[in-house]
Amino acid sequence: MIVYILKRLATAIPTLLALVIASYLLMHIAPGSPFSSERGIPPEVLANLNAKYGLDQPLWKQITTYLWNVVAHFDFGPSFVYKDRSVNDIIAQGFPVTLTYGSLSFITAVLVGVTLGVTAAIKRNSWLDYLAVGVSIGAQVLPNFVMAPILVLVFTLTLHWLPGGGWSFSDPRFWILPVIALSTSYMASIARITRSSMLEVLGSNHIRTARAKGLPNRKIIFRHALKPALLPVISYLGPAFVSMITGSVIIDVYFTTGGIGKSFVDSALNRDYAVMMGVTILLGTLTILFNLVVDIVYGWIDPKIRY
Amino acid sequence: MVIDQSKMASLAKATSREDVAGRSLWADARRRFFRNRAALLGLGLLTFVVAFALFGNFIAAWNNSDIDYNVMGDAATSGPSFANGHYFGADTLGRDLFARTVQGTQISLLVGVIGSLIAVIVGTVYGAVSGYFGGRVDGFMMRLVDILLAIPYMFVLILLLVIYGRSIGMLFVGVGLISWLEMSRIVRGQTLTLKNREYVEAARAIGVPALTIIRRHILPNLVGVVVVFATLLVPLMILTESFISFLGLGVQEPQTSLGALISEGAGTMSYGTLWQLAFPLFFFIITLFGFYFVGDGLRDALDPKER
Repeated sequence: MIVYILKRLATAIPTLLALVIASYLLMHIAPGSPFSSERGIPPEVLANLNAKYGLDQPLWKQITTYLWNVVAHFDFGPSFVYKDRSVNDIIAQGFPVTLTYGSLSFITAVLVGVTLGVTAAIKRNSWLDYLAVGVSIGAQVLPNFVMAPILVLVFTLTLHWLPGGGWSFSDPRFWILPVIALSTSYMASIARITRSSMLEVLGSNHIRTARAKGLPNRKIIFRHALKPALLPVISYLGPAFVSMITGSVIIDVYFTTGGIGKSFVDSALNRDYAVMMGVTILLGTLTILFNLVVDIVYGWIDPKIRY
Repeated sequence: MVIDQSKMASLAKATSREDVAGRSLWADARRRFFRNRAALLGLGLLTFVVAFALFGNFIAAWNNSDIDYNVMGDAATSGPSFANGHYFGADTLGRDLFARTVQGTQISLLVGVIGSLIAVIVGTVYGAVSGYFGGRVDGFMMRLVDILLAIPYMFVLILLLVIYGRSIGMLFVGVGLISWLEMSRIVRGQTLTLKNREYVEAARAIGVPALTIIRRHILPNLVGVVVVFATLLVPLMILTESFISFLGLGVQEPQTSLGALISEGAGTMSYGTLWQLAFPLFFFIITLFGFYFVGDGLRDALDPKER
């Protein structure tokens, strides 16, 4: 097991390094400097600016300094556009919001999706099954940026039930629409995957044996069928997490929740490379860590994996 | 020993009968595909969307860039109407939404198809080479794919678009950079099973060079998998492009795409101009449905075991 985890770590760390170096290089070879938008600056001022941000150093030194600051001090450096704020300030402001509704959406998607899938599989060909299948097909074509306006149209503009934007940590009414918009399509995918793998497991030999022994239905499903049926769901969680993180950008922009995605898009429009890189690296790290956890959980649950 | 005359006669008839016309794999697949109602519906939807994109401009009464000053900025008069030629209404700037939707559908389809084509070419060759040569080459090539897949590509794509300018060409490059990864994995898996078949062994035994074996014996057998996956990849590429355009980071004016139109419509729907959201959204949804249904239908048709 420890060897298996170490092996996974051995892929995760180069991936992270590749991400940091690739984004730094992309930024470095970009035409124009980050300060080229400031018209008519004298060369000596430009030189001072470059010196302040460390851009006058040779490339390898810039990258190693940046890496060292990120790894050892968790410091992403100053913003190129906002003179009085560092990238850390910007991240510290938006990240708790993203984390709150993000984890809520993730939990919702998994819990509702698995419940829906399992019920659909147990009550096969009932109206519940058809509903679950219908919802999961429909939700495939309703990604978050389509769900968001539709939800606002129905619940804010027509019914006046929920606020269509903004954020408050103390008022859960602000959380509902972002969570629904972000979680729906993943919930649908999880339901579909759970349903088909549950159906497959329910038809297998060990379930027939359990039935023949006269075990109660509930015990069969929760003790014997659920665990193997969840394996494909677990392997889907990695990609789902990645695209949920990406989807949070839409939520932040559309619902003005003030999360980290909004800073990313703003920095993209302002060419604030430092903030873009900081956010990319932070979210990339989260993704890679999460994939690592999924791999370890998978190795722990699936008896077929040899390590 | 008495020989049963009638049995002999039937045997003689059976042996002298002409061979039953064999059904090829493709004829079988076609038959199964046309029996699948969802797939036929998808094919119908796609035909409609493609026809709309190709011939819509012949029906449109307005050009996609002309501004109709009579309806501009007026929610009461800019709605869908046959009297003034705006079948889908007009957008906020007074441009004809029908012509704009045609233009957006064209661009979205183009991005989807080109992204998928890049995946077919690069992914197939990469996967086939990696799978066929195996060993250390395979290990290295697939590790690279693993690393690239673990990067949250949407952020890198946006980084790329911001740094090198937001143009359609850059969008194609960016989408193409990521689309081939999954394809190469699938192709590699298929190649691994193909390369141990007898005919490949025979070809190797008579000294056919490796690349010729890949071209003549491996690639033709990959067609099924590649076609199915390429069809399912098109909607994913359209989703990616729409996601970026929704954020305002993708296609730039005067060009437009379905994602950009949905974003515009979502921004103005609180003024009561619902058609600006509804029509682009309708075409977006039926395009995705069409590709998903056709892709699923093709998969079921080519691989009856997987049902």
